[in-house]
Amino acid sequence: MERSDILKLAELARIEITDATVDEVAARLTDVLALVDQLQAADTDSIRPMAHPLDAVQTLRADTITESNQREAFQEIAPATENGLYLVPKVIE
Amino acid sequence: MEWETVIGLEVHVQLATKTKIFSGAATQFGAEPNTQACAIDLAMPGTLPVANEEAFRYAVMFGLAIDAEIGKESVFERKNYFYPDLPKGYQTTQLDQPIVGPGKVDITLDDGRTKTVRIHHAHLEEDAGKSLHEDFHGMSGIDLNRAGTPLIEIVSEPDMSNAEEAVAYAKKLHSIVTSLGICDGEMSQGSMRFDVNISIRPKGEEKLGTRTETKNLNSFRFMEEAIALEVERQIEVLESGGSITQETRLYDGDTGKARAMRSKEEANDYRYFPCPDLLPVVLDEDYINAVREHLPEMPEARKARFASDYSLNDYDAGILSSDRATADYFEQTAKLSGDAKLAANWVMGEVSAKLNASETTITHSVVNAEQLAGVILRIKDGTISSKTAKTVFEALWNQEGDSADAVIEAKGLKQVSDTGALEAMADEVIANSPKQVDNYKNAAEDKRPRMLGYFVGQIMKASKGQANPQAINEILLKKLNELL
Repeated sequence: MERSDILKLAELARIEITDATVDEVAARLTDVLALVDQLQAADTDSIRPMAHPLDAVQTLRADTITESNQREAFQEIAPATENGLYLVPKVIE
Repeated sequence: MEWETVIGLEVHVQLATKTKIFSGAATQFGAEPNTQACAIDLAMPGTLPVANEEAFRYAVMFGLAIDAEIGKESVFERKNYFYPDLPKGYQTTQLDQPIVGPGKVDITLDDGRTKTVRIHHAHLEEDAGKSLHEDFHGMSGIDLNRAGTPLIEIVSEPDMSNAEEAVAYAKKLHSIVTSLGICDGEMSQGSMRFDVNISIRPKGEEKLGTRTETKNLNSFRFMEEAIALEVERQIEVLESGGSITQETRLYDGDTGKARAMRSKEEANDYRYFPCPDLLPVVLDEDYINAVREHLPEMPEARKARFASDYSLNDYDAGILSSDRATADYFEQTAKLSGDAKLAANWVMGEVSAKLNASETTITHSVVNAEQLAGVILRIKDGTISSKTAKTVFEALWNQEGDSADAVIEAKGLKQVSDTGALEAMADEVIANSPKQVDNYKNAAEDKRPRMLGYFVGQIMKASKGQANPQAINEILLKKLNELL
C-alpha cells in the first residue's frame, strides 16, 4: 500500500496517523492484504455470499412507541447543548 | 445542435410508521428538538437495532403496487461517512439485496400520452437528523428527532426525457404512496425528497452523457425549475466546448440558483459492508400474499370508479383521485350531499383555491367535508343561491360558524323563494321600468330571454341578493309575457 492510500483511509476513518508512522502502517496493512489474497485464492464460485455469520433471521419488532423522552439525561453527558440541540463544530455547507 | 435530455430520479419517501426503523422512539413531526431521539438513535455504545415490522410491510405494499418482485431475503448494509447528523458514522441502508426489486410506474402526460418509467429497485433505510446552521457561537445545532425515521428510496431507470415527465413521475409516486397510506405526503415537512440525475446527449446518440445529481429537492415546482436550469447549463457548457463534470449540485428554490457542492463535501467512499448488528430479514410467500390481499384501492382504480359511480369526466376523476386525502374528502362530500358534480366543482374550485392561497393541504382544510356537504345541501334545496353559497363557504373558512345552517341563520342569508314576495317585487320593477318593458315587448322573440337580465338584476338588488334567481326568472317570464 502506498502512503497516499494510508492517508486517504485515515481521513475517511477520521483517525490520525502521524507522518512518522505512515510507512509502518502501510507495511502492516500490506501484510494483511496478502492474507486476504490468500483467502481469495479459494474457489467460492458455487457458494452463496453470506450476509451474516449466524445462520438465523431477523426478528421484527411491533411498531409501538417504547422509548420515552430522556433528553435531559443524554444532554447531561454532551459537551455542548443549547435550546435542546446538540452543538458541534460548525458544519460548512 | 439538437440535444436530448436523460433524467433518472432517486426519491426518498418517509414512511408513516409510529416509530423509528430500528428503535421504539416516536417519529411525530414538529416535536421539541431531540425529545424523540433515544439511545439507539444517538448511537450510544452497547445499543442494538431491532427492525420495525411495519416499515417492512409498508415497503412490501409499495413493491406490490408497482408490480415489483419482493426481496424475500433482504439485507442491511452500513454506508460509512461522517456527518454530525449521523451519530453512528454510517447510515443503515440496503445495497445488493433490497426489499423491492425491479418494477414499473405508468405516468400520464398533459397531452394524454402515457409512458412507463422502469423502477430499478427500492430499498429501506434510515433518515439522518437535521443540522441547523444558524450561528450558535460558531457552532452548528443538531436535532436528531428525524434520525432513524424509516425511508424507502425509490430508484428509477433513466427513463424520463424532460421536466414534465419527471414531475409527472414524482406526482405519480406521491399519489401511490399516499393512496397506500404508507406516507403522509407532506412535502413541506420533507416527507418526500427528490434527487435528480440529469445528463444530455446529441439527439440520436446512444451513449449517455456525463450526469450531475441535483440533491434534496422538496417540491414539484423546485424540481421542475432545477431541471430546466441544469439542462440549460449543460447545453451551454457543451456548446462552448467544455465538458460536464460528474458532480452533486444544490438548488436553492428561494434564489432560483444552483451550485456545485465543493468536492470535499462529496469526497465519498462509502465502504459498504453488511451490518453485523442486523440479521437478514426473511419474508415468505404467505406473508407477501397477505399484504397483497389488504392493499387499498389504488389511484387508477379509484379514478375509474369515480368516473363510473359519480359520472365524472376523465379530467375531474383524475384530479380528485390523485391523492388519497383529496379523494376521501371528495367522496365524503359527494356522499353526504348526494350531489357528486357539485361536490367535485367545489373541491376543485373554492376548496382548492383556499388551500393554495393558504399554502396548505386538504388534510388541514379549515372546512371539512361534512361542512362543505352542508353548503351543497342548501344550494340544492334552494335555501341559498350558488353565489350566496360562496359567502357561506367564506364564512365557514373564516370560522364564523360551525355549519352552513348556522352561518345562513346568523347572517340572514336565506334566499327568498316565497312566490308572493317575489311576485310583489317583480310587479314593482315592471311598474318602475316602462322603457325596459317596451323594449322587451318590441324585441324579437329570440332576443327576449337575454333582456330578462335587467329585471333579474333589479330584483336581486332589491332583495340584497337573497332572491332565488330561478324563481325570479320564471315569475318575470310569466309576467312580461302576459303584457305582450
